[in-house]
Amino acid sequence: MSAVKERTPISTSSEWTFDLIEEYDREIGRVAKNFGLDTYPNQIEVITSEQMMDAYASIGMPLNYSHWSFGKQFVETEQNYKRGRMGLAYEIVINSNPCIAYLMEENTITMQALVIAHACYGHNSFFKGNYLFRTWTDASAIIDYLLFAKNYISECEQRYGVDEVEQLLDSCHALMNYGVNRYKRPRPLTAAEEKERQMAREEYIQRHLNDLWNTIPKKEISPEEAVIRYPKEPEENLLYFIEKNAPLLEPWQREIIRIVRKVAQYFYPQKQTQVMNEGWATFWHYTLLHQLYDEGLVTDGFMMEFLHSHSSVIYQPPFDSPYFSGINPYTLGFNMMSDIRRICENPTDEDREWFPDIAGSNWIETLDHAMRNYKDESFIMQFLSPKLMRELRLFAILDDAERPTLRVDAIHDEMGYRQLREELSAQYNLGNREPNIQVYNVNVRGDRSLTLRHYMHNRQPLGDSTDEVLKHVHRLWGFNVTLESVTPDNEVLKSYHCPPRESLELA
Amino acid sequence: MSYIIDRRLNAKKKSTVNRQRFLRRYKQHIKRAVEEAIHDRSISNIEQGGEVTIPRRDISEPVFHHGSGGKNTRIYPGNKEFVTGDEFQRPESQGGGGSGQGKASNQGEGEDNFTFTISQEEFLDFMFEDLELPYLVRKQLKDATSFETRRAGYSTSGSPEKLHIVRSLRAAHARRIALGGEERKEIRALRKELWAMEALPAGEASREEMQALRERIADLDKKAKRLPFIDDFDLRYNNLVRVPVPSSKAVMFCVMDVSGSMTQTIKDIAKRFFILLYLFLERNYKQIELVFVRHHTHAKEVDEQEFFYSRETGGTIVSSALQLTADIIDQRYSPADWNIYIAQASDGDNWDGDSAACSELLMKRILKKVQYYAYVEITTGPHQNLWYEYEHVQQAFPDEFAMQHIVDASEIYPVFRKLFEKRTEGAA
Repeated sequence: MSAVKERTPISTSSEWTFDLIEEYDREIGRVAKNFGLDTYPNQIEVITSEQMMDAYASIGMPLNYSHWSFGKQFVETEQNYKRGRMGLAYEIVINSNPCIAYLMEENTITMQALVIAHACYGHNSFFKGNYLFRTWTDASAIIDYLLFAKNYISECEQRYGVDEVEQLLDSCHALMNYGVNRYKRPRPLTAAEEKERQMAREEYIQRHLNDLWNTIPKKEISPEEAVIRYPKEPEENLLYFIEKNAPLLEPWQREIIRIVRKVAQYFYPQKQTQVMNEGWATFWHYTLLHQLYDEGLVTDGFMMEFLHSHSSVIYQPPFDSPYFSGINPYTLGFNMMSDIRRICENPTDEDREWFPDIAGSNWIETLDHAMRNYKDESFIMQFLSPKLMRELRLFAILDDAERPTLRVDAIHDEMGYRQLREELSAQYNLGNREPNIQVYNVNVRGDRSLTLRHYMHNRQPLGDSTDEVLKHVHRLWGFNVTLESVTPDNEVLKSYHCPPRESLELA
Repeated sequence: MSYIIDRRLNAKKKSTVNRQRFLRRYKQHIKRAVEEAIHDRSISNIEQGGEVTIPRRDISEPVFHHGSGGKNTRIYPGNKEFVTGDEFQRPESQGGGGSGQGKASNQGEGEDNFTFTISQEEFLDFMFEDLELPYLVRKQLKDATSFETRRAGYSTSGSPEKLHIVRSLRAAHARRIALGGEERKEIRALRKELWAMEALPAGEASREEMQALRERIADLDKKAKRLPFIDDFDLRYNNLVRVPVPSSKAVMFCVMDVSGSMTQTIKDIAKRFFILLYLFLERNYKQIELVFVRHHTHAKEVDEQEFFYSRETGGTIVSSALQLTADIIDQRYSPADWNIYIAQASDGDNWDGDSAACSELLMKRILKKVQYYAYVEITTGPHQNLWYEYEHVQQAFPDEFAMQHIVDASEIYPVFRKLFEKRTEGAA
């Protein structure tokens, strides 16, 4: 790096003006570009605290359809804020193109600069680069889609009544987590492709025709297996299945289900990359503002204020503290990102043993690669280092309902590193966190009843709201609904019915 | 490249719709809370917002989640003394577990209750929900004196300044299409014929025929052009009508007995009743005037402070107050302009010979002019002759006159509701 000339600081007071914000943005943008951050254009919007609460209430989006649950959220936020029980977030950033970031007018200029570095360059580049966001969200279309959704739903309310629409949305929201595709569906084949494939198959059969195979005795198929289920393969996207297959829904109801599904899909990547996303943004605001400091563009006072709020953001209360509420994603993410930089720049022997491929490599490239190609689960599995486990003093507690006591299964020592890392990674696996429930069968030739199956993970049963959710499924499906909890060896442990079935166990 | 936008001036209250939806959904809960608040609070500060608490389980949005049980490994930070293999008892409350049901909290707000504030406006809305001013509609239309001009479509006659140009030209255009249709149809047919001929090799006969066709076309064209561009009966005028507007002014008479038998408690109860009525009227009328008439053996018009707090003693002659009320109505509040409401509170005491005079005054001079007359008797003792006399009045004027009996403060609101509850009006 060339010798940095001492320059005069951009600002010395804590008041912000639009000119100052613009200048900070320009400088931070310049530094970010030097570090190779690739971002969408930024749209920075200054808002009041009340508007911030509005944004909270519509799940962070600038506009959304109307529903009582958003009102509930708003009322709750407002109440807590007014009583001083909680502060509002300094920013909200939206994965859209241009990337919209909200700044609160109450912030000082230091906070505004921090937020610009964090949201407009950190989160923004993450949205643009990470593979999950690239696969599942369309940043340029989301605002238009929400506008369409809002108008469509209010039109339905006028035509079919607020209550009708509200009930439908309630049911959809109950299943929102089960309205996402976890894997890309293959593009449907065109007629020409279909024909080509069929020809190829026929030719293959002709060429490999061998009567010898016909002499092999046929396997007996049990009658139970012979029954063809519908759908043939279990379907994990419940809302999709209902939208396409529920017998009694009107077209507008299907469209509303689709809207909820699309919104759920849009937020799906955020749920899976919380640690990475926040870690990445926190790492970059830290790095970018330090760069400005090194160049003499910000004052010592600025840095003191920044570091104060930075360190409170990444504070991790220990497990026995009254403030403990799980692992702080900012702490974990920031420390992991910084740790990767450390491994690249100053590897120890331990790092060389654990991370032979990245120790000593270019840190900017390595971090960029990690940001683009991982989600929380795989990121932790790949990059959590023994040094960091020691620093955070992580330990694993096994809670097995069949045993009377809890057991410490692993701690931050040589024997425990790998297990800790695996367990922590599993903790961020969405598949483990939410019950795995799929559409198993529809009785298409009989009473049209729908059977869902819960594939149990580590023998964990379903929670107490299951019957309530099932009522919602029933409302959407229109016919009887059954939910079965199944062990890995296909044994049905418990089943739920809606409408509740008369007890048949005595018969 | 970044854009910086100041959104602070944008529309506020973006969440109002969602908030309203929320209130609508939990109407029952809020109504209950409002009713409790009315019981607990003194009426003088009833006109504030209120806190509403809803049990969390009633507003939860259910989703599928794991219950407790099975095998579960969790990672915690901040190890101090544990080593691998340590075993210990499960702590009482599952750390970070799901929000359980019903841990009853002895403080005002527990984890399991959802508390929020509704504004004064909303509070009063819920308070007066299902109540209605008696026979408001009937009276409004009959007694309306002020008028308002409103647009009411278009008419074919009117003064020139009300001419609607677009409509007029549209009508002219329509007329021209309607009247010129035959000619134009013929012109089209002839033209087609002409073109067909022009396409063929020209002979002498056909040339003559073409000439004839051309003349015919020119003729018809001329005829079509003779249709006037605009005609008298094309003209359209904005139509304005005068609609009667119901009077939005109301006057409320508070009539109270202040004789020796009226204790301060009874006066307080009466005051609460008057305040309720005032708040209720305020939601229905733009402008309300208050007239306070108090009486013992004489009636006097006073201001609010004196009405409620000055002490008087003496006998009771109710008719004096009614006489004064009727006089004030005659002098200042013509029933054509004002909606008149009278609330009378008393402990039922009256000089024996006076009750008949009261009912006569009511029937002859007052009830025909007022919207509603509510009489509340606040007493723990037996009814006296005034009550029985008034019962006759009620039979004669069941629509305008209502009477109720209050024993203690907690009954005010129920009685008030009873007086103003929605009625399905029979054929009157």
